[in-house]
Amino acid sequence: MNDAEPLLRLRGIGKNFGPVRALSDIDLDIPPGQVTALVGDNGAGKSTLIKTISGIFDSSEGEMFWQGKKVSFHTPKDATDTGIATVYQDLALCDNLDIVQNMLLGHELRGRIGLLDEITMEQTAKKTLSDLRVTTVRNIRQPVGSLSGGQRQSVAVAKAVMLEARLVIMDEPTAALGVSQTALILELIGRLSSRGIAVLLISHNLTDVFQVADRLAVLFLGRLVTSGPLSGFSTGSAVHWMTTGAAPPANGGAAQDREG
Amino acid sequence: MTSGNHEPPKQEPAELITSPDASADLLANSLGEYVRIVSRRIRAGESGALPVILGLVAVVIYFQVRSSLFLSPLNLVNLLAQSSFIITLGMAEIFVLLLGDIDLAAGFTAACAAVVALWMLADGFPWWAAALVSLAAAAAYGALQGIIIARLRIPSFVVTLAGQLGLSGVLLVLINSAGSIGNGGVIALQNSVINDIEGGQLSPIATWIVMIAITAVAGAVIFYGDFRRRSAGLVAPPVSVSLLKCGAIVGAGIVVAWVANLNRGRGTRVLEGLPWSVLVVLVILFAWTVLLGRTKFGRYIYAIGGSAEAARRAGVGIVKIRTLAFMLCGLTAGMTGIIYASYLGSISTDVNGGQNVLNAVAAAVIGGTSLFGGRGKMVHAVIGGLVVGVIYNGLELLGLTASAQLIWTALVLLAAVIVDRLTRSGSTT
Repeated sequence: MNDAEPLLRLRGIGKNFGPVRALSDIDLDIPPGQVTALVGDNGAGKSTLIKTISGIFDSSEGEMFWQGKKVSFHTPKDATDTGIATVYQDLALCDNLDIVQNMLLGHELRGRIGLLDEITMEQTAKKTLSDLRVTTVRNIRQPVGSLSGGQRQSVAVAKAVMLEARLVIMDEPTAALGVSQTALILELIGRLSSRGIAVLLISHNLTDVFQVADRLAVLFLGRLVTSGPLSGFSTGSAVHWMTTGAAPPANGGAAQDREG
Repeated sequence: MTSGNHEPPKQEPAELITSPDASADLLANSLGEYVRIVSRRIRAGESGALPVILGLVAVVIYFQVRSSLFLSPLNLVNLLAQSSFIITLGMAEIFVLLLGDIDLAAGFTAACAAVVALWMLADGFPWWAAALVSLAAAAAYGALQGIIIARLRIPSFVVTLAGQLGLSGVLLVLINSAGSIGNGGVIALQNSVINDIEGGQLSPIATWIVMIAITAVAGAVIFYGDFRRRSAGLVAPPVSVSLLKCGAIVGAGIVVAWVANLNRGRGTRVLEGLPWSVLVVLVILFAWTVLLGRTKFGRYIYAIGGSAEAARRAGVGIVKIRTLAFMLCGLTAGMTGIIYASYLGSISTDVNGGQNVLNAVAAAVIGGTSLFGGRGKMVHAVIGGLVVGVIYNGLELLGLTASAQLIWTALVLLAAVIVDRLTRSGSTT
């Protein structure tokens, strides 16, 4: 894999729900180790696109290439096995299980006589959490239901990292969080990309996006209208792309910055 | 939660309150802290077993005041014998309650398994063959229910309600077609081994040996587990808390062995020693506790009960796990059938499988298992089963009618469910 080869390459992805055309002709490259922000207004097709990438939906048309090789996902497990982990908005955690149990759910380790090897599992989970510097949870045997929103998000991300994901898709990770918790998650995203893990970040919050993203991709009514390095956008021009699906006028995006 | 933490540490106690499933012994650093965490939870209605045990003690005191016979050795041992089939049926229910399901047919699964076993014994089969076939039949029936519920995604309430009606009919058909064996709608138990489960006892010396062995093993398991965690560099419960637990286990063992070894015979007949049924219940309790707490299967049951969607995304085969859970529920109901037949000395068309199953669910819920899935332990069936057993036994001693027993059990069940609901709504966000 050379530098020019993206981690994940989408070509001509389209998706119909009956007569409704949710996505059409999406071409998107996700480079390794970078944070790609996927933005767009409600109904632009962000969720449909990530569900296609993470194997929940079969795409109606188009092709996906993982490190240059053609892949197709029919179940979430296909995507996870390839190295794509998705942290859903609802987090998909079991509130009644503790942090270790959640992080290793579906990947439990067993000892000599087939019983669960709790000690090795706890050490593995502990190591991943400290690598990501998720350290203030008092005891990782606490049930996830007792954690704060940011802590739950961190557990979900750590779970993805522990499963050796190369690409972590995060769906609105900061939507339900307060200021300090949001800062934690943005730090965590930065740490993922510094570890060479690519992040596809879906967010409404342009402040967050401009803080952590390396690249920006804008969806508008099911089409990818623009994508590129973040340096090519300002908040104003991004909002213009999101709300109209067209490039801002030449005199700059600042005048369009209506929604802040 | 990173090293540059933004939260004042004072928030932590609030977090602890909202976690009914966190084991306090791992959160606490000292005995004092352990006591504080436990008491804080009790005040928040997230109590664990302690209030139920205190309630049990209160009920026992009440019955003892009303009838001095209640705490006699004979009655206490009767109580254990009476409770054992409620306890095992409660354990059967816990497998499916943890998923958020219920098996209303389990009472009649037990009765039908008992018919199969007693019929085979009457036909001259050895006891182990009768037990194996009846248990296999019960497990197969449970698996059938599980397949219908999990594959076709039909609520377990409806499927097992149909099962309850259907099996109560099957019970009549079986007993009535047993010919000379099923004389007058009753099949008598004709095997000393099965009969000894409820009717036989260990010698006093064996009782002490067994109780000492059980408490020693339990203590060793607790301390060895702590030792392994500590030497792996993980947080372990404070030594004082583990000592407290061991002390409680030893205390309970001594009391049970001492009471069981008092002579409870009438007149000149000497009757002493631990009933086999207690040992049978403890063995089942141990096996199912390991299965739920220490295996992948058990972990997945809790995961599905907590969030089926999260479990599915983690790659858990939900259909398979649910089917297996219903199969184990059927299997444990089959064991209950054999214990029940041993208790009655026969099995008849009068078996009230519907009431038995509701008592079993009551036992599980009173003990602390949630009706809504995800929370519960096998030991809850023991605690709750003893509560139900005490109520039945005590009201019987006071000479109250069956109607009073039903009403009191219903009230206790209702109280337990309300507590369950309130705890649940307080803890989930």
